[in-house]
Amino acid sequence: MITIESGTKFFHKGSVNEVRALHDINLEIAEGEFVTVIGSNGAGKSTLLNGIAGSFFLDTGSISIGEHEVTRWPEYKRARLIARVFQDPLLGTCPSATIEQNLALAMRRGKRRGLRPGVRVRDRSYFRQELEKIGLGLESRLNDRVGLLSGGQRQALTMLMATLIKPEVLLLDEHIAALDPKTAVQILSLTNEIVAAQSLTALMITHNMRHAITFGNRLIMLHQGSIILDISGKQKKELGVEDLLDQFYRAQGEALATDSMLLT
Amino acid sequence: MTWYAVLGAVEQGLVYGIMAIGVYLTFRILDFPDLTVDGSLPLGAAISAVAITSGINPYLALLLAIGGGFAAGIVTAILNTKFKILHLLASILTMIALYSVNIRIMGGPNIALLGTPTVFDPVIALGIAPHYAGLLVFGAGALIVSAAIIWFLRTELGQAILATGDNPQMITALGVNTHFIIIIGVGLSNALVALSGALIAQNQGAADVGMGIGTIIAGLASVIVGETIFGTKSMARAIIAAVLGSVVYRLAIALALGLEFGRFSFNPSDLNLITALLVIGALIAPNLKRKMVAK
Repeated sequence: MITIESGTKFFHKGSVNEVRALHDINLEIAEGEFVTVIGSNGAGKSTLLNGIAGSFFLDTGSISIGEHEVTRWPEYKRARLIARVFQDPLLGTCPSATIEQNLALAMRRGKRRGLRPGVRVRDRSYFRQELEKIGLGLESRLNDRVGLLSGGQRQALTMLMATLIKPEVLLLDEHIAALDPKTAVQILSLTNEIVAAQSLTALMITHNMRHAITFGNRLIMLHQGSIILDISGKQKKELGVEDLLDQFYRAQGEALATDSMLLT
Repeated sequence: MTWYAVLGAVEQGLVYGIMAIGVYLTFRILDFPDLTVDGSLPLGAAISAVAITSGINPYLALLLAIGGGFAAGIVTAILNTKFKILHLLASILTMIALYSVNIRIMGGPNIALLGTPTVFDPVIALGIAPHYAGLLVFGAGALIVSAAIIWFLRTELGQAILATGDNPQMITALGVNTHFIIIIGVGLSNALVALSGALIAQNQGAADVGMGIGTIIAGLASVIVGETIFGTKSMARAIIAAVLGSVVYRLAIALALGLEFGRFSFNPSDLNLITALLVIGALIAPNLKRKMVAK
């Protein structure tokens, strides 16, 4: 479904601040794979997701999604294939628009937007039915402005918006990191339900090792812009947090128990 | 203030209200402070005046002015989006360029429209007094434009424009090319401003290159006064508030110009100072209020 071939990305190239954010990444993700992505701060996790989403172009290498070669597609064009949920719950929704207007915007993801009414009457029952599934009582608040909702409610709405029409690829960039622990768990299980129900191809960045092991059917670890660990299937199920840390040291061939790793 | 002066102020308020809707589109919806309007208002006036004196139907002349304003807005928006020039600076550049362009269009700094046909003729032909004809045409114009913009902002494209101003990252992730949206939005805004300018020129009987000075400030004053008095509960309400704000603003100006304090009275040339003070007051009022409450 997603193929990245020798993907490399520098930031501030040619200056003293040059950072090699992605280094010769080769990654093949099959349809229906749910990949959790871990790594220390600055390892290139977000850069990898942003590179797939098209927030910037790779310096070298190519990206394909399905049968589309998207290497030179701008971000808005890739949105035909990709849906995203960001870490900041405020980034995924429009505060001054109502819940139904936000859902209607998401219904047109990657499609032409013309002069037909933004919110169509016949979509409302579908919106209500989908909102009922996330169990927050939002189905009775279609005309409330999203700015009135809490961070958790907004993130749940963003999850729904991302998957309202099935994306080829779902990208989740630490989408529960900014929520309180209880809400985080709710959003995470909602994510799991949606991914399973639609058998989505998804990448999820997390800082939580346990989540990385429990969720998804494949795990990759990044360090300094490279993929240093790639486990899937039965092997992943049997993985413990300790194993993961051991794997990390072995792959590195050095002890890296520094504060910056933040692997807990 | 005489009844006649009140009528005149309301009439002006309505026609400048069309301009205020344009300013609302950029300033509030797109979060794009656009000074192009100081140039596109006289551009609309110039195009319609030249068209009419060349024998073109005055209603058709309005359409040409709308097209001209749209083009001016596109220039600003392209400078901003494609060439990464700061929106404020991009709009000032277009505005300055338009000063020369407007003089070229008119072949001089102004054009008189004396005895030429205007959009008011059919109304006057119905037997309505000329000073009510302006009121009627401008009222109808403001109504039609408000309704059209409210309708447009509820379409799929309009909703994308609202979202672009609100959360560009989100709407990009939903597949919208925000550059295209900004180009459409700023173009539309300046089209309305040019329409307003074209109507003013036909009403005043002249187009003048200097008539656009302070347009942006008057537009902001209208939007802010409207929001303060009539509220912003919904997008439709905010748009109607901009038009009504424009009427209130013109009435306030007319009132201020009529005031006398002993030997002191305001001159028409004090208008820009009064407006600037009004806008400054409205912009800092929420801040001051917050500080007062905090104490």
